Amino acid sequence: MSGFPILSLMLAVPAVASILCLFTGDKTARWVALGATLVTFVLGCVLWANFDIGGAQWQFQELHEGIFGRFDYALGIDGMALMLIMLSVFLMPLCILASWESIKSRVGLYMSMFLVMEVVMIGVFMAQDLLLFYIFFEAGLIPMYFIIGIWGGANRKYAAFKFFLYTLLGSVLMLIAMIAMIAEAGTTDIPTLLNYDFPVQMQTWLWLAFFASLAVKMPMWPVHTWLPDAHVQAPTAGSMILAGVLLKLGAYGFLRFMMPMFPDASGQLMWIVFALSMVAVVYTSLVALVQNDMKKLIAYSSVAHMAIVTAGLFAFNQQGIEGALIIMLSHGVVSAALFFCVGVIYDRLHTREIDRYGGLAVNMPAYALFFMLFTMASIGLPGTSGFVGEFLSLAGIYEASSVVAFVCTTGIILGAAYMLYLYRRVVFGELTKDDVKAMPDLNAREWTIMVPLAAVALWMGVYPESFLAPMRGDVTTVVARLAPAKPAGDAHLAAGKPKPAAAHGEAAHGSSHAGGVQ
Amino acid sequence: MTADLALIWPELILTIGGLITLMLGTFMGDRQVGIYQLSALLTLAAAAAAVVALFGIETTVFSGTLSVDSFGGFAKLLIYAASFVCIVIAPRFFNGAMRAEYPTLILFAALGMGIMASSRDLMTLYVGLELNSLAAYVLASFMRTDERSSEAGLKYFVLGALASGMLLYGISLLYGFSGTTDFAGIAKVLGGELNIGLIFGIVFVLAGLGFKISAVPFHMWTPDVYEGAPTPVTTFFATAPKVAAMALMTRVVIDAMGPAVGAWQQIVIFLSLASIILGAVGAIGQKNIKRLLAYSSINNVGFMLIGLAGGTQQGVEAVLTYLLVYMVTTLGAFLVVLQLRDAEGNQIESIPALAGLSQRRPGLAAAMAVFMYSLAGIPPLFGFWPKLLVFWAAVEANLVPLAVAGIVASVIGAYYYIAIIKIMYFDDKSDTEIPKGGGTIVEDAVITASALWLSVIGYLFIPVLAVLSASAAAVLF
Repeated sequence: MSGFPILSLMLAVPAVASILCLFTGDKTARWVALGATLVTFVLGCVLWANFDIGGAQWQFQELHEGIFGRFDYALGIDGMALMLIMLSVFLMPLCILASWESIKSRVGLYMSMFLVMEVVMIGVFMAQDLLLFYIFFEAGLIPMYFIIGIWGGANRKYAAFKFFLYTLLGSVLMLIAMIAMIAEAGTTDIPTLLNYDFPVQMQTWLWLAFFASLAVKMPMWPVHTWLPDAHVQAPTAGSMILAGVLLKLGAYGFLRFMMPMFPDASGQLMWIVFALSMVAVVYTSLVALVQNDMKKLIAYSSVAHMAIVTAGLFAFNQQGIEGALIIMLSHGVVSAALFFCVGVIYDRLHTREIDRYGGLAVNMPAYALFFMLFTMASIGLPGTSGFVGEFLSLAGIYEASSVVAFVCTTGIILGAAYMLYLYRRVVFGELTKDDVKAMPDLNAREWTIMVPLAAVALWMGVYPESFLAPMRGDVTTVVARLAPAKPAGDAHLAAGKPKPAAAHGEAAHGSSHAGGVQ
Repeated sequence: MTADLALIWPELILTIGGLITLMLGTFMGDRQVGIYQLSALLTLAAAAAAVVALFGIETTVFSGTLSVDSFGGFAKLLIYAASFVCIVIAPRFFNGAMRAEYPTLILFAALGMGIMASSRDLMTLYVGLELNSLAAYVLASFMRTDERSSEAGLKYFVLGALASGMLLYGISLLYGFSGTTDFAGIAKVLGGELNIGLIFGIVFVLAGLGFKISAVPFHMWTPDVYEGAPTPVTTFFATAPKVAAMALMTRVVIDAMGPAVGAWQQIVIFLSLASIILGAVGAIGQKNIKRLLAYSSINNVGFMLIGLAGGTQQGVEAVLTYLLVYMVTTLGAFLVVLQLRDAEGNQIESIPALAGLSQRRPGLAAAMAVFMYSLAGIPPLFGFWPKLLVFWAAVEANLVPLAVAGIVASVIGAYYYIAIIKIMYFDDKSDTEIPKGGGTIVEDAVITASALWLSVIGYLFIPVLAVLSASAAAVLF
């Protein structure tokens, strides 16, 4: 596989298809988009199959120096990037299918924008050059602006503007920080920068500038307000991709840039992250509890989940970061699925108001089943993907600070409350309303979308090792990089004596750690 | 002297070609559009070829008053290219009212601008500037019977004369206190102790030049003139003279005032931030697309000045790259505006009339969207690159606060650019029909080519641009 530019190919397929879609009719555009995203997905699977777990940190590297003058076309992935790329290419065909019937106007442009979105998203995770990363990172604004603004709900223009300007304002500060980094270190190469020691004073400024950008993307309280608007107004597939992948860009930036590049500043300023995360978990969960709009509720729950991710990342230990990564993947699948669940009934009744539904379990049993599975996964029921991530990250957070762990756990309880309350109001109760009674159960297309999402949510819950294994080495590297800056936790955990039976598991851990560190 | 003449071929060609064009118009009549247009275009092409042939020669001519170097060459190529396009697009716009004065005036303006870009003496600077300005005043009021056009010309003339007065006053102060009009000589004096006379001189010269690049607070004429002047003329004003004035400003600041960084830097920083912010805020309420583009040009000048503020070679390279990309974008945007005609063939300038353009003319709307995103500097469009370069130069020159302020203000600017896109793409169709057709193949080709170049393709040209701008900027250091 070495030498074959598979990463470039994965960028090229949707890019070419997006241009094609602009010039074809509605029907062809749908098929072109579906075909291209499926091909990209297959390429992603090939990529995963060929990824050498425990091998070199960066794999599938491609480098073309000098074609852009001051920066390079440098691609390459590590385990974290691999999993996030997989998440993107997995969700993309489902998004195309989800908009198969609900999008009727300007289909070519719509499909084209989604394909551009795919290029941009996987480009962000592949980029190994700081400026190339920024270009991909920012380029996502353009297709999303169109998707929300053209095919969104009643208040779509406001939401599109807010999304665009909010995220742009954050990002530009990061650009200045990047320029300063390049000027200081003299390179745009991300792997080199990861091991460059910036002066401590400078780190603080760089950290704050990155934080301004990534906190908005994340989104963290109090700069999360664009998210509910964007989610509510975006078309179903737009919300799916927004919650599924775009929200992960912030956390990816934390893990890829802020923590390993500015370890000292991360150690000093972790209290900011912890404080904002604690507020976010409790506050947004409470806000979610009183929503009447289904999409808004799920949007607020996303903010709460992302807050656990940030807290987990800044725990600076193996469990915390691995847990945060699993929450990212799990939330990517589950929140996309939940938005699709909303989309399914929205397509039938054209309202997102919770009170307009009720008793769907009677006439839509299959739908109710899937919706329940995803609700449980969002709450973090053992056996579903949510549990693994939340348990790991809370264990990690506890090691760093018991107070933060306590508050974040509260959030999970509240999470159960608002999700179950939503489920009860929509699915249970009396089936009294006539128009609700007339709603048919899932059709074949909707089954096609639900089944893979459900399968992955269960897979991640039952055997998370498949997803953790590629990322473990990278997490170890980050933890090692952060170790000197790590403040002492308040948990004072003392390791007990491992029983002999557990020995082989420990050994497996040890070897993969060693593989990652080199 | 004769040897010097061999080094100013571009200027000679423009002078002779301009006269020939004028004669052709006079003796063959204004009806023979094709003939005098061809003569003007050939002149520009020949002048550009002469510039290319002279590339690599670094010398001064006429006792050091005019320089022949790649900095001037770079600027001249941009100026000639913009003039070329502005001549090509004119006949269709004037629709029978085309006269031979138009290409002639553009040629003379281009000649003046070439002199501006290569001047290294306060006298040549002023001669070039006035040659350009006088042609420009007439061009602004080219549609004699149109009230707005005449008003634009008059306004431009009065305010331009005021600015020339300020510039001359500054020049006389600089000359009086330094005893020379030569840039190098002035630089030598400024390297010593500064006195109040020299500082006043610097301030007045920069104020006069600030008017020409329409930097805030000397920008007031810009929206009115841009709106009133015939669209091809506006296209011309927004491109070629901007390049020339910016090149001149760079030369004056670096060559003549280089040593007195403390004196001019704060002025440039103020001009730049004021232009960025006012250019952005002023554009928000505009209902006329030409006025909006005028504010956009003010805004963009602000970004160029950020690059200049550091006074470094890297900064000048950034300014030159910015000029090129800005020129391509602006040409494209104005060509799109030229294509907007209603069913009766009347020019559409009102922004609300663009509502739903993406459904009537998808290609045109897409091109406009590219230009708008590019002007806003959103990656992956190529307009991002020069913005990055100017900020990069500012950061390297230890002007981080300026870079931060500029980039935050750029978000305000993004608002109105994306508002145009919102109108074209999100809003329902307006009542105004914008039928297809009518545009010449050349116009379509220029729009398509510039839109494609400004989308990701432009990035492949970065190494070439870097070499060109570096060789041009190196001349000044």
